[in-house]
Amino acid sequence: MVLVLALAPLLTGFVRKVKARLLRRQGPPLLQPYRDLLRLTRKEVVLADNASWLFRVGPYLVFSATWVAASLVPTFATGLIFSWTADLIAIIALLGSARFVLALAGMDVGTAFGGIGSSREAMIASLAEPAILMMVFTVALAAGSSQLATVARFMEGPDVGLRVSLGLALVALVIVALTENARIPVDNPATHLELTMVHEAMVLEYSGRHLAVIELAASLKLLLYVSLIGCIFLPWGMAAADAGPAAYAVAAGAYVAKVAGCGFALALFETSIAKMRVFRVPQFVGAALMLGLLGTLLLFF
Amino acid sequence: MVALTVVLSCVGVLLCLPMVAVAFAGKPGVATTVVYGAATAACLASLAMAVAQLVADGAAPTAVLPLGLPWLGAHFRLDALSAWFLVVVDLGSAAASFYALGYGRHEKAAHRVLPFYPVFLAGMHLVVLADDAFTFLFSWEFMSIVSWALVVSDHRSRENVRAGYVYLVMATFGTLALLLAFGLLAGSGGGYDFAAMREAVRSPAAAAVVLGLMVLGAGSKAGLVPLHVWLPLAHPAAPSHVSALMSGVMTKVAVYAFVRVVFDLLGQPPSWWSMVVLALGGITAAMGVLYALMQHDLKRLLAYHTVENIGIIFIGLGLSLAFRANDMAWASALALTAALFHVFNHMIFKSLLFFGAGAVLTATGQRDMENLGGLIHRMPITCFTFLIGCAAISALPPFNGFVSEWLTFQAVLQSPKLEEWGLKLMIPAVGALLALSAALAAACFVKAFGVTFLSRPRTPAAAEAREVDVFSRTAMMTFAILCLLAGILPGVIIDGLAPVVGELVGARMPVQTALPWLTIVPVSVAWSSYNGLLVFLFIAWSAVMAIAIIHRWASLAMRRGPAWDCGYPDPSPLTQYSANSFAQPIRRVFGSTVFLASEAVEMAPPGDARPSKLHVVVRDLVWEYLYLPVATVVNFVADRLNPLQYLTIRKYLSFVFLALVVLLLALAIWL
Repeated sequence: MVLVLALAPLLTGFVRKVKARLLRRQGPPLLQPYRDLLRLTRKEVVLADNASWLFRVGPYLVFSATWVAASLVPTFATGLIFSWTADLIAIIALLGSARFVLALAGMDVGTAFGGIGSSREAMIASLAEPAILMMVFTVALAAGSSQLATVARFMEGPDVGLRVSLGLALVALVIVALTENARIPVDNPATHLELTMVHEAMVLEYSGRHLAVIELAASLKLLLYVSLIGCIFLPWGMAAADAGPAAYAVAAGAYVAKVAGCGFALALFETSIAKMRVFRVPQFVGAALMLGLLGTLLLFF
Repeated sequence: MVALTVVLSCVGVLLCLPMVAVAFAGKPGVATTVVYGAATAACLASLAMAVAQLVADGAAPTAVLPLGLPWLGAHFRLDALSAWFLVVVDLGSAAASFYALGYGRHEKAAHRVLPFYPVFLAGMHLVVLADDAFTFLFSWEFMSIVSWALVVSDHRSRENVRAGYVYLVMATFGTLALLLAFGLLAGSGGGYDFAAMREAVRSPAAAAVVLGLMVLGAGSKAGLVPLHVWLPLAHPAAPSHVSALMSGVMTKVAVYAFVRVVFDLLGQPPSWWSMVVLALGGITAAMGVLYALMQHDLKRLLAYHTVENIGIIFIGLGLSLAFRANDMAWASALALTAALFHVFNHMIFKSLLFFGAGAVLTATGQRDMENLGGLIHRMPITCFTFLIGCAAISALPPFNGFVSEWLTFQAVLQSPKLEEWGLKLMIPAVGALLALSAALAAACFVKAFGVTFLSRPRTPAAAEAREVDVFSRTAMMTFAILCLLAGILPGVIIDGLAPVVGELVGARMPVQTALPWLTIVPVSVAWSSYNGLLVFLFIAWSAVMAIAIIHRWASLAMRRGPAWDCGYPDPSPLTQYSANSFAQPIRRVFGSTVFLASEAVEMAPPGDARPSKLHVVVRDLVWEYLYLPVATVVNFVADRLNPLQYLTIRKYLSFVFLALVVLLLALAIWL
């Protein structure tokens, strides 16, 4: 639990640094997100006159739902104590809870920008959530369980083989990961232009410690998706539940390498492609839904 | 036996209450209190008996009363399925009656609602208890007619009268289908009680026709697409507590009728039946939520959303039929448990949401979301309970909606073991439709809650709303707590459903209370598990920890100011997002295919002071291509036959003579 919390801002900083280097800039230091969070917590919160209790409690609810979901994804070992509490479907639904609260917080103050963010987020999520659920179905049917630890063990084992369904599921998961984490080509995390905002528009009114909590939750979500991709599709090097400290150290190293690799790939992809028009995004995410559905269908035969 | 006697006496009490209402007609306040208070008490007593019967899991008590047809009598039976649906009906009725103790005071024409309300409750109870076709049909039609009277109770509004007309036509059509279905079930032997129907042997063709008629009859009352058109007209027209009952409880009574006939009386199903039910369920779920997203009338949105949830229930029922036809009784039990759990959940959160909509209507006089806003500051308790209802209906953990959706998904994941190609192709598609409708439901309720309760007030009515009375608040808070409890302790409900499911499909889900930490397991621990309590505790703990750490180490300085709005805050509340604007992206993505939705903008040229206009066209294709043609044909035939009403006496006499000749000829030929 604490590992994902500590590592999340580092991943965000790494992606930003790689993007900057690819654009021939120096870029901010790797630890800058930690400094940003600390700076935000020390600032005064400016609340709109008509912001309600939901606006003030919202960031903590978003953060706790995302943190619980992120803690349930195995990072470098498969024997999490409470892994039987929630399976993949429940993890996706927890992220849905976080998104629900965030969309409501966007509508709370009653500005046009909050409305833009919430309504676009609703449209995108209405396609992204079924897409990732189809991916979950594909993986669960292949592995014989929807419990993430069992899936990880299955993918690492010898029975998996090369399957078209799993390849389709990987593509679908990558598309949904880009969508859910507000990355180019769906949304620009560094934008200041209101017409290109989705996530940034929902959190436009937040400041101070509330904004720090929301930014941390967003970094956690990115780490969650990267861990999910690593756990399901790159399961090599994960330690079993009862392995010794040497195996844990190797597994931790493998995990850091996976996260760094995915972060590098993300930065490369974001730099080489432009952001899509808003109404092209449903086609993009709809493609993920179709791929997931096709992957599931192929496993029925 | 005690249980059945007590339940029947409670129904008797409910049937006597209209006389009380008429007796106190001059004093509506007293009448309201007495009628709704007595109804609450009767429903609570009946609820206790139903729960006792379900928990005791003994032999089903039966009773035969000397009413109705002389050679048949009126059979009543309280088996596990009836007990479960009686729990659903009673809990909903008790809460609605308690809510109405406060809401009913604002009723302008109480004498048009009070005599019919307890009789409506009695009708629903009798349908669930009936054990022979005559009692069932009589109670069903009784329930429909009385609810029609409640729908047109506010008869001064033209749209309510039209709603009542459409409802009456659809209800009559449904009863006709049920009449034919029971006739076929009884067969040529004429055994009208359910015990005889269970034993009867019938050809597969007859059984298939019965299934079709049940889909038409029970499906039209439940709200399956394309028979759903009366629901969004009639449910909003009734007073709010009656809307809650119609949406939350009466649709479940229709589901009971379907389950009773198809699962109990018809015997072993062939697998193509499940394809029909699955297809209808999937289409209903997706269409229902898409219709709901286009609405800005709060009650109409909730009514269309009921259609979506009925679709989800029928998906579960279809999966159960598919597994049963393939001899996978354990998977059939899982799917049926998911469907019946969703019946319970939907009753709770839909009633809660309708209570909230009624509270908003009382406080502001508005049903249209475009005229509301900012109610979170004026009506905090209503807002909080409505939020819990929205979160529960969007299938978000740790509430109860998530548990029944999760169980349905687990049932979908068991389906590769089925053999038919049609099912193998259809079930992943239905799973995708289910996932799509769940995500769209969340979007729909962000819109409903956000535009109504959050943001700034759009009219003075919304700016001056006041919180509602204590009865309404108590009813809403109770159901909100139940939403959370059912999500945290789902094992209790799953074990409560075990006798019901065991009777219908012959198997049950694994015993849940034996598992550690109140986890639930759909098939086996190795497959998957979910622990609602731990998820809730984790979320609560991490939220508290985050708040504690932040408040310890971060700056607590805070000040209020105008909204940032990128530096250009506009004081007019018209610049914020409305319900129409919120739904626009989704309308463009989904609505352009499903509703042939189109927008046209007329912008006034620069310098012109004319307002710009936005035209949005959303067409209901089911209404245009199914109902309007049928209505046109019926009107055409009726117009052609109309001259028969004013012929001369000589023409009538010749008709009589002709009919006599034809009948005598027929008799001669036949004998």
